[in-house]
Amino acid sequence: MQSRKLPLTWVGMVPFTLFALLFLIAPTMYIVVGAFRTSDGGFTLSNLVNLFQPTILASYWISIKISLATALVGCLIGFALAAAVTLGGLPNWLRGPVMTFSGVASNFAGVPLAFAFLATLGRLGLVTVLLKSWFGFNIYSHGFNLLSFFGLTLTYLFFQIPLMVLIITPALDGLKREWKEAASILGATGFQYWRIVALPILWPSLLGTLALLFANSFGAVATAYALTGSSMSIVPIMLYAQIRGDVLQDPHLGYALAFGMIVITGLANLAYVWLRVRSERWMR
Amino acid sequence: MKSKKLWSWLALAFGALYFALPLLGTLEFSLRARRGVYSLDAYRSVLADPQFRETFSYSVVMAIFTILVGALIVVPTAYWVRLKLPHWRPVVEFITLLPLVIPPIVIVFGYIRLYNTSSILPLTGTTTGTNLLLMLGYATLSLPYMYRAVDTGLRTIDVGTLTEAAQSLGAGWSTILARVILPNVLVAVLSGAFITFAIVIGEFVLASLLNRPAFGPYMQLTGANKAYEPAALAVIAFSITWICMGLIQLVTRFSKHTNAKR
Repeated sequence: MQSRKLPLTWVGMVPFTLFALLFLIAPTMYIVVGAFRTSDGGFTLSNLVNLFQPTILASYWISIKISLATALVGCLIGFALAAAVTLGGLPNWLRGPVMTFSGVASNFAGVPLAFAFLATLGRLGLVTVLLKSWFGFNIYSHGFNLLSFFGLTLTYLFFQIPLMVLIITPALDGLKREWKEAASILGATGFQYWRIVALPILWPSLLGTLALLFANSFGAVATAYALTGSSMSIVPIMLYAQIRGDVLQDPHLGYALAFGMIVITGLANLAYVWLRVRSERWMR
Repeated sequence: MKSKKLWSWLALAFGALYFALPLLGTLEFSLRARRGVYSLDAYRSVLADPQFRETFSYSVVMAIFTILVGALIVVPTAYWVRLKLPHWRPVVEFITLLPLVIPPIVIVFGYIRLYNTSSILPLTGTTTGTNLLLMLGYATLSLPYMYRAVDTGLRTIDVGTLTEAAQSLGAGWSTILARVILPNVLVAVLSGAFITFAIVIGEFVLASLLNRPAFGPYMQLTGANKAYEPAALAVIAFSITWICMGLIQLVTRFSKHTNAKR
């Protein structure tokens, strides 16, 4: 019986395995292997070494800066919003709409998001025009530019903050009321409760979500591309141009560029998973 | 206590302002096409554009196929893992989460190199092949959401007992899947389907790099060439996302209702 059953059990996994191998694992491995190969097929590390040239390093650096900035600010504001809705004593009916909206907005990335911000903070956007006609204040003559580091960060926050709200709300719900009560019985102020009890418990979740938000914005292409064209040289846009027309004039350097992206998002996600496992100890 | 409430309201107001302004701005901008008055000209121009209709229907068809193929792969697999191979679960879960780790642009880069005309599986050589590749790429991108949804759905039912009951009544595997398991996780599949739909409709990178006439690249092109139409497109795209999320809420609420009655 056992010998007849075993193969059958295995057969049930064939479609999924085949799908994952062909359209997820193999394409990725192809890139990874390509990053370590010379054009005639030998093993080399020179592609990776070639990444360390000023233009590529600069684009990695600006990508990392943008991702870090959006992740940090997204975490902060998202946390404030989630805390306001869960613990801040706001009416209960607010929670549903906030969560639903977060679900929508965290999925509202890509090209339309860029349009939305252009229509709002572009040179003719609603906010730009209103500020000019109401207060005579032209943000563009005061150094603001949507097609810049700051503008891109502001735009990315539109999906980063809601993602933070979605992920951190369950963690905030997990803070038991007894902890707060115990702390206040022992004479702790609200601030002390947060500093000594709540934040240390939330710390892994917070850091983990930070890593996730980082990876989330690091891989994003469409928003930046639609917003800035190719004028903003972040890594995904550079890779996009490389796939389109081999702008680096070295296909294997392109693989290395992509490999670098996998390494960075991979590390960020690894940090997320590890910190999540740690934070779940408290969430039972 | 009072100050805490005040701060909460302030945080919420700040959030509301940040999220409302771009939406208002887009709406207002999309109505500005005619000088001096608000009009629906931008929408009229978008809807009259044959390219809009072609790319939009292309993406809708793509989304539907993606959902069907995704459900066809995910439902049996998630069921099988729960029933027979529970120790495989971490592995399968890990693989389904990979599309969130590996940037889509890297995955499609791999497709282009792996399935080019000189490879054993020259999918990008023909239009049908490229469409197939794009659709499977979308299925890959939606895998994390679809799998998570279905697996959560399966958790609420007793897979083992249902299977044994069906088997003792003489049902084969396909009958069990189609007539016992699927109806029980239909709500989960639907919520996965709506997320997939929202993702596929606006997706840009895959379609653009595979050179397919999808809605995402069309939006990008419009953005580069027109003034008010992009805002109208953004309003349309955002409405679609809203509708998809609304439908998820609706089916979930509906299912809670039926569960409560039982």
